[in-house]
Amino acid sequence: MIKHLRSAADLDAETATLILDTAGEMAALAGREVKKLPTLRGRTVVNLFYEDSTRTRISFEAAAKRLSADVINFSAKGSSVSKGESLKDTALTLQAMGADAVVIRHPASGAPHRLASWVDGSVINAGDGTHEHPTQALLDAYTMRSRLGKIDGLKVAIVGDVLHSRVARSNVLLLTTLGAEITLVGPPTLIPVDIAAALSPQTKVSYDLDSVLPDMDVVMMLRVQTERMQDSYFPSAREYSRRYGLDAPRMRRLPEHAIVMHPGPMNRGMEIAPEVADSSRSTIVEQVANGVSARMAVLYLLLGGKA
Amino acid sequence: MAQPRADTETPSKIILTSSDLHRVVDRIAHQILEKTSGATGTVLLGIPTRGVPLARRLAARIHAFEGIDIPVGALDITLYRDDLRLHATRALGRTEIPADGLDGRRVILVDDVLFSGRTVRAALDALSDVGRPSSVQLAVLVDRGHRELPIRADYVGKNIPTALSEKVRVSLAEIDDGIDEVKLFGGAR
Repeated sequence: MIKHLRSAADLDAETATLILDTAGEMAALAGREVKKLPTLRGRTVVNLFYEDSTRTRISFEAAAKRLSADVINFSAKGSSVSKGESLKDTALTLQAMGADAVVIRHPASGAPHRLASWVDGSVINAGDGTHEHPTQALLDAYTMRSRLGKIDGLKVAIVGDVLHSRVARSNVLLLTTLGAEITLVGPPTLIPVDIAAALSPQTKVSYDLDSVLPDMDVVMMLRVQTERMQDSYFPSAREYSRRYGLDAPRMRRLPEHAIVMHPGPMNRGMEIAPEVADSSRSTIVEQVANGVSARMAVLYLLLGGKA
Repeated sequence: MAQPRADTETPSKIILTSSDLHRVVDRIAHQILEKTSGATGTVLLGIPTRGVPLARRLAARIHAFEGIDIPVGALDITLYRDDLRLHATRALGRTEIPADGLDGRRVILVDDVLFSGRTVRAALDALSDVGRPSSVQLAVLVDRGHRELPIRADYVGKNIPTALSEKVRVSLAEIDDGIDEVKLFGGAR
């Protein structure tokens, strides 16, 4: 088993499948009256969050607690970080406290890689800048597999702000490893020129959502990340929504079995229309529930065995 | 636990042949019927990997003898093991609890080999998170001794005195390419 989960590229098909299978067993246990398992008793998991997050942090916290690990939540606000402490010094503090795993979210791409060289425990990337968010990709893959029965051969469109999306990067890497065919869709300003080739040569790019939809098994809508957009990437929110937003008429272009995903938080009415988000094809709430199972699987597989 | 089987060692002894194994399963099925007065309110829970097909066989034999169907399930104990940190991470087995649950039932845990007793200890912990059986019994195909915990089986297929350096391998047709047998490997020559 791997020690760190810094990038979806850390996972080969075999390991990724093991994580998804384990997540399936964890999901089955979630239906029980007693949800807690003794597996990680005596281990410490630190949630180190330098960026705001609700679902990812809570999801990791729930996952660690269900496995009986001790959880320490650290957010940059209200900590020594606001006094100017560097990531390295914070890491050394955590190291001295004996963290077995550090779950890190950081605005700087690559922060988990640096952290891994400073601490002895496992490092799990919970989102670093515009780089990666591998556990999101795992829960997305798990959701696809449980809804559609497989991943190999699925046609998946990832739509929207690919430029700023760590979810998109991790998903392209993981889903390609597992045999899906990815098409990135969005305005040219939000799809970096070489990204398809850089992530995997099989990845396609399209600037026309309507022509792509009829072929797809999965449409993954990305959030328009206004907080990361210093420049203007498209003329207006309305124009973006009209060309790349998923509304009910567009949803009807999809094949009967296709599902609609969104990593959350959504901008309702911007990239996804409310009636689509709330439709039976949408897996948005399921994704959150699956997130806990997927993260339990990751924590168990990284921390459960011999270090 | 199921491990990939590299049969590189020469077998020192075959302990149970296919027909022995079937007779032993028949006997345990009879003993269960006798000891539980007809097996009413009984649930068989196999411990993966090889406890699960064994539990199914026992249920099938009980059905053949008395015409009654008793619920069969599986109880994976990996997440309850006390030796997780001593080995590389293990893949999880499947837990399947019969639809009617375990509350108030007599649960018979089924495993292939009883050795240190730690698997059974983990199974008892796992069981208490799933439900509250009225009683718990243990059926094993082979008891090889060397207990590390105060645990004993209610139904034993065969007692085999072993040295700690020896290995007992149970093969069941459902999992092991159609082969039914129990072998003893290794040990001092």
